Amino acid sequence: MAVIQVERKPLTFAERTYIPQIIGGLWVTLKHFFQPTVTLQYPEQRPEIPKGYRGVPTLVKDPNGREKCVSCQLCEFVCPPKAIRITPGEISAESDNAHVEKGPQAFDIDMLRCIYCGLCQEVCPEEAIFLQNQFSMSGYTRAEMVNNKERLYELGGTLPDEHLKWDKKKTAEEHGNAH
Amino acid sequence: MFDFYFHLPLIVRLVLQAIAVILFMFPVAAACSMAERKVCAWIQNRPGPNRTIAPIGGLLTPLGIVGRIPFLGPFLQQMGIFQLAADGGKFTFKEDPVPAHVNKFYFILAPIVAMIPALTTVAVVPVGAYYAVVNGQTILQPIVLANVDIGLLAVFAVSSLGVYAVILAGWASNSKYAFLGGVRASAQLVSYELAMTLSVLPSFLWMNKPGGQGTLSLFDAVQMQNGVWHGFSMASLHGMWGVFYMPISAFIFLVALFAETNRAPFDMAEAESELVAGFHTEYGAFKWSLFFLAEYCHMIIGSAVCILLFFGGWNILPWIPLTTLIDWLSHFIPFAAHPLFMGLVGIGIFVGKVFSFIFFFMWVRWTLPRFRYDQVMHLGWKKLLPLSIANLIFYTLGIALLQK
Ligand code: SF4
Ligand code: SF4
Repeated sequence: MAVIQVERKPLTFAERTYIPQIIGGLWVTLKHFFQPTVTLQYPEQRPEIPKGYRGVPTLVKDPNGREKCVSCQLCEFVCPPKAIRITPGEISAESDNAHVEKGPQAFDIDMLRCIYCGLCQEVCPEEAIFLQNQFSMSGYTRAEMVNNKERLYELGGTLPDEHLKWDKKKTAEEHGNAH
Repeated sequence: MFDFYFHLPLIVRLVLQAIAVILFMFPVAAACSMAERKVCAWIQNRPGPNRTIAPIGGLLTPLGIVGRIPFLGPFLQQMGIFQLAADGGKFTFKEDPVPAHVNKFYFILAPIVAMIPALTTVAVVPVGAYYAVVNGQTILQPIVLANVDIGLLAVFAVSSLGVYAVILAGWASNSKYAFLGGVRASAQLVSYELAMTLSVLPSFLWMNKPGGQGTLSLFDAVQMQNGVWHGFSMASLHGMWGVFYMPISAFIFLVALFAETNRAPFDMAEAESELVAGFHTEYGAFKWSLFFLAEYCHMIIGSAVCILLFFGGWNILPWIPLTTLIDWLSHFIPFAAHPLFMGLVGIGIFVGKVFSFIFFFMWVRWTLPRFRYDQVMHLGWKKLLPLSIANLIFYTLGIALLQK
C-alpha cells in the first residue's frame, strides 16, 4: 500500500486566533436556530414504515378466514431465542377445515424474548407468520408482553393471497385429481 | 403616585430591594436552565421540552389552569414553561443521598458556599438609574443595593470565592473524578482571573483623573459611557460604549468570563466526556441544583458587569444614553422622568441586555467544542495574559498622552 504523505499547512495567523472560525461556527448554529425542527412528534405523528420492515411477528388468516398455521412447529424450532411456544392441536372433524387436519391449539410469542430476526417468517411453509408493521409493544407486566393466539391473529389480520392450497387439495382429492 | 415608596425608611427599602433581587435571581437562574435546553434544542433543529403540563389538583392547580387557557396554555407548553416547575419539584423533593465515603461537613457546605457569593455580588451591581434631587441639584442616581466606591473590586473579590465551592466539592466528594474537576477548576479560575482583572483596568484609567478622587464604582463606569462623570465631561465620548474604544479589553473580559463561569468551551470543571460530571459527580437532587443555579447566577452577574463596563449599562443604544431617551419620552409620557418609571425603563433595558448576553453564552456553548486542558492553560497564560498586559500599557500611554 502506497504511503501518501499529507503535507500539513501551517495555520495562518487568523486561524491561530480561532476568531474567524468561531464566528463561522456561530453563524452556522445561528442558521440552524431559525430552521424548522426535524423532530417527529412521535405518539401523534407516526413514522412511515419502510418496505420489508420487520416488526412484531403476527399470525395471518387466509381470505376465507381459515387460520393458515398448521402447527408444524418449524418456527418454534428455528426461533433463536426460543420465543415461540406452540401447542399443536387437531382440527375437529365437524369443522369446514377438517381436511387441514392440524392447527395450533395455543400459540404464544414472548415479545420479551423475540429479537425480530424474521426467521419464523422465513421458515414457515404455510406463509402463516409474518413480521408486520407493528413496532411499539409495551406492557406493565411480563405476562402482558406474551402475545397469545387471539392477539396474534388480531395483530396479523388476513393475508389477501389466493393460493388456497388446502382447498385446492381438498377439491382435487374429491374429484380424483381432475385438473 | 409612587412617592410612598421613597418615604419608607432606608432599611426597609433596602430589605425590599434585596428580597426583590433574590426573588428575581432565583427564578431567572432557573429559567435560564430551561432556556438553555430550548436554545440547545433549536440549535440542533429539535423542539426541546414541549410536553409537560401542570396537573389540575394539588399545589400546581394555578399553573394547571394557566396551561389550559386556549392559545396561551399550549404556547407556554410548547415553550416548556411547565417543565420548569417539574424540574424544580423534582430537585426539591427527590431523595438527596449523601454518599458514605464523603467528608459530610464539607460536602454539604460546598453547595452553600457556591450559592452565597453568587447572590452576594448582586448587591453592588447597579441595574438602572433615576433622577434624584440631592441638595437642590437634579443628578442621576444608580439603582443598586449598595452603591459602594469599590464596586468592581467587590464583584471580583466575592465572585472569586465561588472557586472555593468547586474545590470543596471536589475534595469533599472523595472521588477521583470530582477531585480532578476541582483541581482543574481552581487552576483555570486563577489563570483567567489575572487576564480578566488586567483587562478592565483601562476602563478605570479613563475614569480616574490623576490626583482626583478615585473610584471603582460600576455606576461611574456607565456614567463615563454617558459622557459625564462627576461633572467632568468627555464630550467626545458622549454615549459611546466602552467596547468601541476598548475592543481588546472587552474581548479579553468576555473570554475570561467564559472561563470564570466554567462555561463551554472552558467547562473543564465538568467535562462530562472526561470526568463524568466533574466536581459535582457525587451530588444529586437539591444540592446539585444549587450548584447549577450558582453557575447561572455567576453568568448573570458576569454578563451584568460586562455590560456595565463595556456595553453601556442601561443605555439603550450606543450614543443614546438613558437620559436622552427619557428626555425624548417625556414629550409623550408626562411622568417619564419620575424616578420609578425611569428606573423601570432602565432596569428593563439592562435586563434585556443581560438576557442577550445569556443567550450569547448558550449560543457559544452549543457551537464550540471544549478546549483541551493544556490549550486552556496555554490560552490563559501565554495569550490572554500578555495581550491584556500589552493592552494595559497601550491604554496607559494613550490616556497619559490624551489627558495631559
Ligand atoms: S422473529 Fe425471530 S425471534 Fe421473533 S419469534 Fe420469529 S424467529 Fe423468534
Ligand atoms: S406459523 Fe408456520 S412455521 Fe410456525 S407452526 Fe405455523 S405453519 Fe408451522
